Amino acid sequence: MALVADHIRYVATLARLTLTDEEVTRFAGQLDQILAYVDTLKQLKTDDVPPTSHAVPMSNVFRRDEPAPALPIEAALANAPQREGPFFKVPRVLDDA
Amino acid sequence: MPELTALTAHALLDRLHQGEVSPTQAADAYLARIQAQNPRVNALIAVESERALARAKALDAAGDRSGPLFGLPVLMKANICVAGAPATCGSKILQGFRPPYNATVVERLERAGAVILGMANMDEFAFGSSCETSCAGPTKNPWDLARIPGGSSGGSAAAVSADLAAAAFGSDTGGSIRQPAAMCSVVGIKPTYGRVSRYGLIAFASSLDQIGPLTKDVEDCALLMEVVAGLDPRDSTSADRPVPAYREALRRPVKGMTVGVPKEYFINGLDPEVDRAMRQALDVLKGLGVTLKDVSLPHTEYAVPTYYIVATAEASSNLARFDGVRYGARAKAPTMIETFERTRGEGFGAEAKRRIILGTYVLSHGYYDAYYAKALKVRTLIQRDFQRAFEGCQAIVTPTSPTPPFKLGEKLDDPLAMYLSDIYTISVNLAGVPALALPAGFTAAGLPIGMQLIAPPFAEETLFQLGGAFEQATDWHARKPPL
Repeated sequence: MALVADHIRYVATLARLTLTDEEVTRFAGQLDQILAYVDTLKQLKTDDVPPTSHAVPMSNVFRRDEPAPALPIEAALANAPQREGPFFKVPRVLDDA
Repeated sequence: MPELTALTAHALLDRLHQGEVSPTQAADAYLARIQAQNPRVNALIAVESERALARAKALDAAGDRSGPLFGLPVLMKANICVAGAPATCGSKILQGFRPPYNATVVERLERAGAVILGMANMDEFAFGSSCETSCAGPTKNPWDLARIPGGSSGGSAAAVSADLAAAAFGSDTGGSIRQPAAMCSVVGIKPTYGRVSRYGLIAFASSLDQIGPLTKDVEDCALLMEVVAGLDPRDSTSADRPVPAYREALRRPVKGMTVGVPKEYFINGLDPEVDRAMRQALDVLKGLGVTLKDVSLPHTEYAVPTYYIVATAEASSNLARFDGVRYGARAKAPTMIETFERTRGEGFGAEAKRRIILGTYVLSHGYYDAYYAKALKVRTLIQRDFQRAFEGCQAIVTPTSPTPPFKLGEKLDDPLAMYLSDIYTISVNLAGVPALALPAGFTAAGLPIGMQLIAPPFAEETLFQLGGAFEQATDWHARKPPL
């Protein structure tokens, strides 16, 4: 199916990603081509095939429940674009309205 | 005596262990060569001279030279966390990011005595096969500066090839260690999924990513794997299995072994010069007493489309963490949501955006079953292909890449053509099996050609055994680029 420009904009909103109009147009063409290629998978019958999400099967991997030092707050905040005291600072989350 | 920087890691370590060369002398030699040659190759995006020299001096003074990598100068790809060194992943969005902790591989390397020289260039977030999408500009192929070094670990491969490090580490999600190894005529391994801890590797596709070494020969590769492989409680997908003495595998005879040749890998699109080099390589294996056997991996043509669903889906989730809150650059905007959107819109390059859009799309409501769920099932079929093939052979041999290194810019705006340059490496990640890339010849114009050996899960020893024997019988790995 053709990934039209409006659809690209919608997916970009889901991904919290601003795109320019030029990017939307360019990606629409390129992603269409990629999706057409990906559609070759539809040739395969997979009704009875189980999915593989991990190459090496493993489940319930636990490590020992032992206390260990965590990353100090100062180190964790060292790369923060903005901070206040021991917190990451961000712009307001809720609208005034 | 040849220049220190021209030595293999194990030859340099012989001198370091015997005290003929000090860790500071080794670091100095490499830092001088980086200063002279890196401006032409752009393999390193950060040179950590101070850190390296402080480390080397401490080792000089320690008196105990027994560490298996005592004083060995190495390089890390810029997506592997080295405390305090820039791990930008080649992206504007992580400009200035210096991780507060070490990756497990870094911890293990330093405990063994290695000295980290700096960070290697890469395609942005490891998205690419040419090392051109880095915000630090492209890395050039040391064999021909107008050509790509492969990707995404192009900086690591170019650096080892140009003697800017004794060895380097990269990450491989769909061929990102092996394809650049082939393009630059060095050795590189994608270990079995789970063999090497991913703790401290900035994730691209968590079910496919593995860290591995790029080296000057097979022995160096085996040696570094002995140091970095093994269980890590901080990576729950790391395997709880003993780590063999990989170097011993190099001395085992290969006579009587059976190696499969998959017919699907010798098809249209394979460059004639690569094809010819591969036929000669197969003759070398035969000459060593190896039995070659035709095998089939019938779902090969579906590997690239499967990969571009699975890998982009996982990448779009992993890259959600880059939002300008905890690290990296932040765009100015009045609200939180706009801050996310603008930070990401300004911070990510074109290929990262393309993959985020594609990955979000295949996971989105109404398309999940048609794309993502379908791809997971085809992944099972690809894995079964390998299981069946390995019932009749101990390893599989293929070209590493369908072509020699292409020109800078040639495929940059044609994503599909770029994706197809990983056609021989991608299945290996989907199946989770290990594969070794090693030099196997040159084109008439002097461009490198690589061979790939693939083994069943956790059979890295088989790769080193066959790779070591092939290398002994040829001299491709010993050639140096004309810098």
